[in-house]
Amino acid sequence: MAVNFLYPDYEVTRNYDKCIACRACERQCANEVHEYLADANKMVCDDAKCVNCHRCVSLCPTRALKIVKSGNTYKENTNWSGKTINELYRQAGSGGVLLSSMGNPENYPVYFDKILLNASQVTNPSIDPLREPMETRVFLGAKPQYIKRDGDGRIKNNLPPQLSLSMPVMFSAMSYGSISYNAHESLARAAEALGILYNTGEGGLHEDFYRYGGNTVVQVASGRFGVHQEYLNSGAAIEIKMGQGAKPGIGGHLPGTKIVGDISRTRMIPEGSDAISPAPHHDIYSIEDLRQLVYSLKEVTDYKKPVIVKIAAVHNVAAIASGIARSGADIIAIDGFRGGTGAAPTRIRDHVGIPIELALAGVDRRLREEGIRDHVSIVVGGSIRSSADIVKAVALGADCVYIASAALLALGCHLCRSCHAGKCNWGIATQVPELVKRLNPEIGYKRLVNLLTAWQHEIKEMMGGMGINSIESLRGNRLMLRGVGLNEKELEILGIKHAGE
Amino acid sequence: MKYVIIGNSAAAIGAVEGIRQVDKQGEIVILTNEPHHTYARPLISYLLLGKATEEKMRYRPADFYTDTNCTLLTETTVTGVNSEEKHVILSDGKAIPYDKLLVATGSSAFVPPFEGLDTVKDKYTFMSLADAHKLNKALDEHKRVLIIGAGLIGLKCAEGILDRVSHITVLDLAPRILSSILDEEGAALVQDHLESKGVEFILSRGAKCFEKDTAILENGERIGFDILVLAVGVRPNTSLLKDIAEIDKGIVINAKSETTAADIYAAGDCTQSLDISSGQSRIMALLPNAYMQGECAGINMAGGASSVGGEMTFDKAIPMNAIGFFGLHIITAGNYIGEVYTKRGNNQYKRLFYSNNKLNGYILIGDVGKAGIYTSLIRERTPLNTIDFALICEKPGLMAFTKEDRQIKLGGEAK
Amino acid sequence: MKRVYVNEKWCLGCHLCEYYCAFAGTNEKDMARALKDIKINPKIKIEEKDGVSFAVSCRHCREPLCVKGCITGALTISDGVITIDRDKCVSCYTCILSCPFGAVSPSDDGAVQKCELCVKTTAGTPACVKGCPNGAIVFEERG
Repeated sequence: MAVNFLYPDYEVTRNYDKCIACRACERQCANEVHEYLADANKMVCDDAKCVNCHRCVSLCPTRALKIVKSGNTYKENTNWSGKTINELYRQAGSGGVLLSSMGNPENYPVYFDKILLNASQVTNPSIDPLREPMETRVFLGAKPQYIKRDGDGRIKNNLPPQLSLSMPVMFSAMSYGSISYNAHESLARAAEALGILYNTGEGGLHEDFYRYGGNTVVQVASGRFGVHQEYLNSGAAIEIKMGQGAKPGIGGHLPGTKIVGDISRTRMIPEGSDAISPAPHHDIYSIEDLRQLVYSLKEVTDYKKPVIVKIAAVHNVAAIASGIARSGADIIAIDGFRGGTGAAPTRIRDHVGIPIELALAGVDRRLREEGIRDHVSIVVGGSIRSSADIVKAVALGADCVYIASAALLALGCHLCRSCHAGKCNWGIATQVPELVKRLNPEIGYKRLVNLLTAWQHEIKEMMGGMGINSIESLRGNRLMLRGVGLNEKELEILGIKHAGE
Repeated sequence: MKYVIIGNSAAAIGAVEGIRQVDKQGEIVILTNEPHHTYARPLISYLLLGKATEEKMRYRPADFYTDTNCTLLTETTVTGVNSEEKHVILSDGKAIPYDKLLVATGSSAFVPPFEGLDTVKDKYTFMSLADAHKLNKALDEHKRVLIIGAGLIGLKCAEGILDRVSHITVLDLAPRILSSILDEEGAALVQDHLESKGVEFILSRGAKCFEKDTAILENGERIGFDILVLAVGVRPNTSLLKDIAEIDKGIVINAKSETTAADIYAAGDCTQSLDISSGQSRIMALLPNAYMQGECAGINMAGGASSVGGEMTFDKAIPMNAIGFFGLHIITAGNYIGEVYTKRGNNQYKRLFYSNNKLNGYILIGDVGKAGIYTSLIRERTPLNTIDFALICEKPGLMAFTKEDRQIKLGGEAK
Repeated sequence: MKRVYVNEKWCLGCHLCEYYCAFAGTNEKDMARALKDIKINPKIKIEEKDGVSFAVSCRHCREPLCVKGCITGALTISDGVITIDRDKCVSCYTCILSCPFGAVSPSDDGAVQKCELCVKTTAGTPACVKGCPNGAIVFEERG
């Protein structure tokens, strides 16, 4: 192109004193940024192709590489930032909808970072998690409203099916097709090792993973990909995906070029055809329709598995949740606007939806006010980044959290946000075999186990600090939270006091 | 159990190590007519080159014989074998009894009965360490050397002494050098290289007679010299088993290193065995074969290897050679029969010979990397249609094998 | 006895094992200094073609053909590990002729070289195993 509107955002900086021209960077960059010039015995790079994924940086044996901002500057303008200008240039050039991957990076408030936790002192002593038993186990599912007795006065077991998790975390939905087989294997094995669940996403369940069924949530999304009787019965729970935090109101799209081989077979669609998940489920246009689907799924699985309904956090999420709680669903999963995605239109990802903290607080209050809080468990996701976020989420009313971006980071993701290109250098968001190879599940699942084991330990520490020894006592325990830098309205919605009060 | 071994080179040492794998107690007596600790004969040219001292030439560490609990009798010549009464007879008349006997007598330089050879003062063969020492003493920068025989031994000798004499001429009846292991084109390449270093070759001509310091060829040509080295060929030392065991070109042994006489084994350059790359029985005088025949003999003499569940066989013998002259390396193996694949260039001359879906032999000159992969195709009689033959001709490597084969070879999986 | 095994399923053909091997062989502390402007000649070598890659190094065979063929006794086997006495080696290349894996190669100074499981290097444990970024190379006992 004769006029270069878009200057590369990033530059690859190489310290030539340290570079030994081993060519590992060249061999490992799927974007062909690096090249070895034999006659000069020198490595060179084409910055324009760099997506800042750090694969080369991480593998360089002498740490000779780093990626820096190119520093090509527009005149300072708070209103027209460089990013805004570049996006406009891209659309002027391509005429297309801007696509982005992973979660909303814009500068909206992160409420978790404005909430602080309590610790016990003096009057209510803290508990040492290394000396006292600490319970992080949670049970997800509808809780019975009444005790029923039989003719002899013995308590009848009227407990609906429950999911038992060793800690209040599950791996959220990422479809096979948006991420690789090896990524799924890592998640499945980690879930099994940790005693939690992972989610198939809307791509169906690969036959090799049926063995992890006891640790799997099988998802039924609007495209119904890969949904058949055996699939539904293979998991520990079934999740109906009504919406996703990253792209509320729209469906999903996996291009036909990725629908090959195993992907096509698992999704049960012909090779090369685009996998389009429509925006609504075309058989769900009211809450009664949802109830019908929930009970269809329960019939197929003999009422043995809890049904989860996943929704995006939007403005009237509380009313929606109330409806879902009455529909027969056992668990409601709410996905906040920071949630990640393999590919979504940029404007939808960045401007639609509401923060999970506010959504959670709103739903929890509404359900309690209506007396139906125990009809469902609440799972929240949409950028849970640390064990502190988990503790705060539970205190705001969640029974459990969903993590996805955090899990991918553990597997090697560097949040370069280029997933939609399908050339993930870390073997996660790609189907190219020589790239998928780079994620060895033997290494991947151990890193996930490490992450969550560390988080579990930290949760125990924080709970112990608060004087709590069971996660049940933390759920909805807003007295453990204080806001800082929040206005009256925000505090009111969250249902917490300001620090100092 | 008493083991007697005649010989003290690779085959003998192989036998000692073989015996001791099975029998740690039995008495081993080694008889050698040389005065030295075991050394490898191929190294004598390196001695002249200055690349090896006598100490470095030791084939095994100094305390080898005590470590393996053997009795070494040096400067002891065996003159006869009594296979009925099971003892060997020494030159001083003594008899040494044995339960199992290994004949590892190697070979000796063949000196053709040239007319007038007795008039030549400074004449040498080039087989043993003693020969090397004698030759070493005679060398001098003014001397001209004539080497009869452009084979492995003759040329190695030339390499060893080139810098210490004024001129070397190598004479051979054959039209090309190294005729036992190289083809015409390969031989020409090596000859060019040696000539560039200053060695002169006279080929397709033979010596008729000698007159003190002159050789007179069949065509009348006269070549003057100060030192004469005879490297025409070798003959296996088989006389000890004459009329006792079958002897053809060499002492005939089977895959267990047994001769046709009971309790008598043979190994090394004095033997003749099956060349699996051609199906013929022949002498394959090469150190690796000598060692492996010796090890096989030793294990079987001691009753068989418990690790292999019985007797040991060495049934993969093929001719092989690894040799270099002034930095140019040559590796060859097997027989040059069948169809030919040739590759020239990139500092390499390569020829592969194959027929009936098997690799029969190869010649590599220059870049000899990974030659062992070709050797193993010959030794294992690998059917060529089970590998990517076109690829392996181009470049030797395990990539030519299937993934499953590689899992066995590299992954340590059982077959 | 533990040996180095390469799993071609996970080998990415990144060649880092070769560089870590070469570095370990220099016994230097700083990799950039040790390998700058040097053409490496490592003892583990990658073979690659059409998306398949794997590294080959000495198998430390139980019945080592290289040891049996060595004319000087420079190649010896001790506790299962096959090592080379570089002073004794005369570069005859009989071992290269014998090794069915192509694991022995000429070193830069003429003597032969092959993987010796880093027993002589400062690395202590095989450098290629530590350096592989994808867990394709392991150091373990098998059969």
